[in-house]
Amino acid sequence: MNKQKIKNKIKETNNSWFYTDIVKDHFFNPKNFLTDKEAKNYKADGVGIVGSSACGDVMKMWIRVKNNKIIDCKWQTFGCASALASTSVLSTMVIGMKLEDAKKITPQDIIKKLGGLPQIKIHCSVLGDQALRKAIEDYEGKKVK
Amino acid sequence: MESIYLDHSATTYVRPEVLKSMISYFSEYYGNPGSMHRIGLTAKQAIDTARKITAEILNCDPEEIIFTGSGTESINMAIQGIAERGDHIITTNTEHHAVLHTCQFLEKRGVEVTYLPVNQKGLITPEQVEKAIKKNTKLITIAYANNEIGVIQPISQIGNISKKRKIYFHTDACQAGLYLDLNIKNLNVDMMTLNSSKVYGPKGVGMLFVDRSVKIRPILFGGSQEQGLRPGTENVPGIVGFATALKIGQKEKQKENIRLENIRDYLIQELLKISDTKLNGDPKKRLPNNVNVSFDGVEGESIILRLDEKGFCVSTGSACTSRSLEPSHVIQALYGSDKKEIAHGSIRITLGKKTTMNNARNFVEVIKDVVSGLREISPVYK
Ligand SMILES: Cc1ncc(COP(=O)(O)O)c(C=O)c1O
Repeated sequence: MNKQKIKNKIKETNNSWFYTDIVKDHFFNPKNFLTDKEAKNYKADGVGIVGSSACGDVMKMWIRVKNNKIIDCKWQTFGCASALASTSVLSTMVIGMKLEDAKKITPQDIIKKLGGLPQIKIHCSVLGDQALRKAIEDYEGKKVK
Repeated sequence: MESIYLDHSATTYVRPEVLKSMISYFSEYYGNPGSMHRIGLTAKQAIDTARKITAEILNCDPEEIIFTGSGTESINMAIQGIAERGDHIITTNTEHHAVLHTCQFLEKRGVEVTYLPVNQKGLITPEQVEKAIKKNTKLITIAYANNEIGVIQPISQIGNISKKRKIYFHTDACQAGLYLDLNIKNLNVDMMTLNSSKVYGPKGVGMLFVDRSVKIRPILFGGSQEQGLRPGTENVPGIVGFATALKIGQKEKQKENIRLENIRDYLIQELLKISDTKLNGDPKKRLPNNVNVSFDGVEGESIILRLDEKGFCVSTGSACTSRSLEPSHVIQALYGSDKKEIAHGSIRITLGKKTTMNNARNFVEVIKDVVSGLREISPVYK
């Protein structure tokens, strides 16, 4: 094989990578994340965090709510590529969504939106829905008080 | 963009001289070394020569060299071929899975195993080994150099003990082939495993040195090849390639070690300048080509995929790439299993013949960005 052919072969491998293009896009260009600096001034109505760094995944979500609708969603994640991508895609799904609908989001919905995940990643890396539910509960708890 | 390969402990490419030495044994001298005719004999001569070359490097007799199909196979042969129900094995808790999983299997068959804990630097002491010896201890098996953190164990001193106590001593030298002394008389070992795919040789070849005095049983049954220990038609081109690779690697060792140590120490020094970064394993008693660091607050798979995007190939001890969902047992052995996050955030960088100081400088720049980018969106890094 000449050099060009070898390069093409490696490139092909890239294209049929472990993760889908949607996962890759959210991993390399995550949407709606919040840096620590920004978090200081971010006025959230609800915050939720799940996971543990010992297990390798932690997700934190911030939401802002108006008229029972999520009007903004931000996040931070510690974890592998699919963990980052699934939180990122979730944030794009819920902005503009009614709270009652957001509560019903399942890991399967997130995975579908990502165009699928490798089997081994499904259990460990999709925790975003739980973080979101915690954020909503946090908001609803505050409202009662 | 050309990728910079910094994962030489996973495997190496086949160097051109090696490929050249192998080529004619595929379609020209294709005979079965067991055949009586001259086409067979040509193949037999080729593996005889390879065996002689290998034996010279190890300072042993050619008959003590058994060619196998991989490091894993050699290790299985050395352990399963020796230990029987009621016997005791001493090993460490940072061995390659080829050793650990074989020992765990034997435990179910009534073999007793002691897994010596390494210290925070990844090292064990000869005294630890001596203390663990029991009446029924049959075998000590300890890696020469660790595949994840590259630390080098005191094999020669452990060998002194095993000799004195008349216990068989096997060392898994898969990571040592290019960098360390392989003279079995200096190492005081009875068995030693090497594999070809880590020394710029072809994949699918391993080797087990078995001292003449060792009473080992075969674990595979069939023909009488390789002293009856490894039945099956020999991988002639592979064996030729392995011996060529080992010979060249050992010849270049001294000079190449100095060059690599220089790059390794530069990398360690620069990576430790990144805040909240830890070097895993002893800084000096380690292979010239191994750097292993953990970054607080970021996860290894994310790091390696972002590095891959930027053209650098490295590996991680994170659970996410292990397929077992358990992070590296080696990093956990250093700090305790309650500090799993250090293992999740670990990165192994292993240098090779083509790695330059310039590659190292570029790598440092890129990994700084990757780590700070991931820390920025990490809820656990403060
Ligand atoms: C220390 C050590 N032991 C054993 C092995 C297994 O060798 P192989 O992949 O040839 O079976 C490796 C390679 O991964 C290794 O690094």
